[in-house]
Amino acid sequence: MKANYGYLDGSGEFFITIDTDLCIECSHHGCVDACPVGMFEIIVDDYDDKVAAIKEEHRKKVKYDCSACKPVSDRPPLPCVEACTPGAITHSW
Amino acid sequence: MSRLKGIKMTEEKKEFWRWKEYNWHDEAKDWKGVETITAGVDVGSVSSQVVIMLDGELYAYSNMRTGSDSPDSARKAMSWALEDTGMTLDDIHYIVGTGYGRVNVPFSNRAITEIACHARGGNMMYGSTVRTILDMGGQDCKAIRCDERGKVSNFLMNDKCAAGTGRGMEVFADLLAVSIEDVGEQSLDVEEEPPPVSSTCVVFAKSEATSLLREGWSKKKVLAAYCSAMAHRVVTLLERVGVEKDFAITGGIAKNIGVIKRLEKELNLTSLKSNYDTQIAGALGAALFGKTLIEKQRMKAK
Repeated sequence: MKANYGYLDGSGEFFITIDTDLCIECSHHGCVDACPVGMFEIIVDDYDDKVAAIKEEHRKKVKYDCSACKPVSDRPPLPCVEACTPGAITHSW
Repeated sequence: MSRLKGIKMTEEKKEFWRWKEYNWHDEAKDWKGVETITAGVDVGSVSSQVVIMLDGELYAYSNMRTGSDSPDSARKAMSWALEDTGMTLDDIHYIVGTGYGRVNVPFSNRAITEIACHARGGNMMYGSTVRTILDMGGQDCKAIRCDERGKVSNFLMNDKCAAGTGRGMEVFADLLAVSIEDVGEQSLDVEEEPPPVSSTCVVFAKSEATSLLREGWSKKKVLAAYCSAMAHRVVTLLERVGVEKDFAITGGIAKNIGVIKRLEKELNLTSLKSNYDTQIAGALGAALFGKTLIEKQRMKAK
């Protein structure tokens, strides 16, 4: 399942997508510790799978919460994407 | 004040946004002796629904406005669904809470997200061929992709902004003094399709509509412009998850023919039609989850 966390507003589309079919295979969930603002958590989803998700309090402000990892130029690899060994995390912006 | 004497100041304000609340139960069915009675309670931000199922078949439901107190809304919706059935809360074997207020359903056995419930409910309402479900709720909009069993494969929820939601439509109904139930029909009664108003924000759209009325646009034309903006907004969301046939729409806006026609035109697709009430999809899915969960519990106990 592809879970898109974020929003679409007048300024654009801001979604963090977690592919839970890939996430489910991961045992260490490096994304949780890698995110400097602690946006990720491990939940048991509706189908009883243990997967990563974006915490509720961050879902409506991902654009701002991610800004420190996304400088305008010379953007380094995102820590959450790098830490996700199965390649389950993608950002829309 | 004396100069105003005798002048009728204001008429009683009519609430044009207020939709009809209702309940229903199948009088032909007898719940006594049924093996599995499950219920789904969908406490949304604007409306609350309760669906009661007998062995996975629809028996009763209610649909009413959510108040300021979610547990109280859940209780009221449940007692209205149970009205005249002779059934009590204790007769129900498993209750699943869903929707915005799912964690505040005091009598639920489990809470499941509305995304999973809409996919499951949509699967029953429209059949196993449905692959894309658009739920246009009171204060959010969900685009869901699912498989033939109604399991979610991709979803997106936009609840940050009221544009593209039922609440936005209520604001327009009130502004133009048109009953919410007539908005769709009236928006189609225009000679030429006007350009859409702002689709990025309900507040901006409302002020734009006020200007258009001042310019001499008819109410119907303004409604057409708003329905068109709403359809366009939702299409952007749908494109993000990808639209695959068959396509179905749930939620209150599914009853607005003005938005649906324009949405279908933009997508170049016809949405599936169902005999079920589109607003009960979430609660229906929750009740179906309840059936699966109680059966699992019984299997484990054996």
